[in-house]
Amino acid sequence: MSTPDANKDFFDKAENIRKLWICLYGVCALLALADFLLPTKGHFGFDGFWGFYSILGFVSCAALILLSKVAGFLLKVPEDYYE
Amino acid sequence: MSSIPPAVIFILGALLVPLFRDKSKNIFIIFLPIAAFYLITQLETGSFWHYHLYGHDLTLLRVDKISKAFGYIFTINAFAAFVYAFYLKDNTQHMAALFYVGSSLGVVFSGDLISLYFYWEIMAVSSTILILARRTQRALNAGMRYILVHLFGGLCLLAGLVFHVSQTGSVSFDAMTQQSLGTVLMLIGILVNAAAPPFSAWLSDAYPESTVTGGVILSAYTTKTAVYTLVRGYPGWEVLIIVGCIMTIYGIIYALLENDMRRILAYSIINQVGFMVVGVGIGTTMSLNGTIAHAFCHIIYKALLWMSAGAVLAMTGRSKCTDLGGLYKTMPWTLLFGVIGALSISSFPGTSGFTSKTLIIEGSIQEHLAWVWMVLEIASAGVFLHAGIKFPYFVFFAKDRGLRPGEANKSMLMAMGFLSFLCIFLGVYPQPLYAILPFEVNYQAYTLHHVVNQLQLLMFSALVFFLFLPLLKRTETVSIDTDWFYRRGGHFFYRMVDKGLNGLNEIAERVFAVRFPEVLGKVSREFPWRLSLLIVKPVWILRGSGPEELEAKRDALRRSLDVGAAPVGIGAAVATAFLLLFFILTDLL
Repeated sequence: MSTPDANKDFFDKAENIRKLWICLYGVCALLALADFLLPTKGHFGFDGFWGFYSILGFVSCAALILLSKVAGFLLKVPEDYYE
Repeated sequence: MSSIPPAVIFILGALLVPLFRDKSKNIFIIFLPIAAFYLITQLETGSFWHYHLYGHDLTLLRVDKISKAFGYIFTINAFAAFVYAFYLKDNTQHMAALFYVGSSLGVVFSGDLISLYFYWEIMAVSSTILILARRTQRALNAGMRYILVHLFGGLCLLAGLVFHVSQTGSVSFDAMTQQSLGTVLMLIGILVNAAAPPFSAWLSDAYPESTVTGGVILSAYTTKTAVYTLVRGYPGWEVLIIVGCIMTIYGIIYALLENDMRRILAYSIINQVGFMVVGVGIGTTMSLNGTIAHAFCHIIYKALLWMSAGAVLAMTGRSKCTDLGGLYKTMPWTLLFGVIGALSISSFPGTSGFTSKTLIIEGSIQEHLAWVWMVLEIASAGVFLHAGIKFPYFVFFAKDRGLRPGEANKSMLMAMGFLSFLCIFLGVYPQPLYAILPFEVNYQAYTLHHVVNQLQLLMFSALVFFLFLPLLKRTETVSIDTDWFYRRGGHFFYRMVDKGLNGLNEIAERVFAVRFPEVLGKVSREFPWRLSLLIVKPVWILRGSGPEELEAKRDALRRSLDVGAAPVGIGAAVATAFLLLFFILTDLL
């Protein structure tokens, strides 16, 4: 009796994924805006500007992913490399 | 009762394991960490069991807040791991695990370097058995590499210990104050166990090859006894700040490249131990507290993560991200517990990582170490990428591979539930943890600023993960790590030695076995003949022999010398000539 959609779970449906994306963007936007209410208190002087932690999180993770991508070109080998 | 070394319970208990059958075996094993935990609560501070051995004062039991803190978590984790392994009836694994946990308790409660070294080596051997217990060829090979690396580390420790003891005359184990060959060698030996690059590859090589429960147990003890030893012996050694920072970033990069879920978790151990090593390097009361608190919480959430990965491996028989996905449909509890572990390792507010790791970060702020603080914050964001999201996402969500395994068995779920509870409990109410730390904690993790900043860091990290998802697509690859030098480099070395030494052998054979006897034979044949000729030829010429006659006589002489049929006179003449030559030469010289 099952239609194709009935077998699908929450995460299988495209509209749910879209909603999750909206949630993620929304949460990030709210957190970034929170800096207007709670200005970041820097510890060292260079870290006290608006949105410091949001920017740090975004930029450092993007950099780590790109770095690992570059490292991957040099380091990745087939699974049976050592066999 | 107040002075029984806790290691004794596990080591004696291990010997009794084969006497028990079926469920009573597992119940007995679960009882041991409970007894040891109770014993540790009852231990009085001080040193006990002093022995004088070969001119050295051994202290078999030293109890203070540092050793107790590690003792508590080692026994709590052992309890959870043995509940998890309730289905397991394999004596080998149980006995190895008990020896392993017991000897790591031995390390943290040893008052001197010699007994510490003794337990250190028992740990190396028993942990190897936990890897071999999977009984696959890959595990066997990985186990052999593992023990070789640890024997190397153990030898560094032993050599350093010998230098240190002969220099200072004392075997007591306290903070090392001077940099000498001895203390540096010991530090290298300890850093091998802490999985600091370049001695780190053993961890990601061996742990993922261990059994389902072996991985859970292994993840806790070797690296954390190393952290304990650093806290005790090397607080404030600034080189550790650099080593720790490298470990945090190194762990993230490799974990991002990995495909096997247990190898991802293995690399994230290196990343997390990096934070602890930085804390030791900073060496203030705040950062040392942070290191111990973080080791405590890390053991819990890392065991939890290994348990959830182990449950997936046990139920599906797969461990590669490219083979897994969509498991949330049939393993919701394993997913839930795995996510709690993943949030804890990422120091999400409300979990134990948040209340422990921030002590180390606060330590770097108090010491005005701006670049260290930056690295730790970047690494914190990166943890959420590689362990916080990547592990649960690729295993439980991502692409549905059509796998429909059942939920993990009850004992596994109970153990995971217990550790999940601890993760959240210590996340919202860290006071019991702070109370067992060696120094007083005057720190409040939950300020509005701190929570918001941490959430900003983590949620933007999550955003990057999903935006960059195409770049993170899993490939069926492994990554070259420092084990290349002994896995591939070993082959090169073998070939080089093969060519070099066997080449030398060949040359030696050509020269000494073939050519030299040839020359020697020729000389011993030619020399008497030429010498005789030298003497008799003038005589023949004086007698008036013609050239043809001379030729014939020469050949005749040669033949008779070859067969040893020379007339006695000639032999005597040669001997006389030889003696004459000898005397002339000795006289001249």
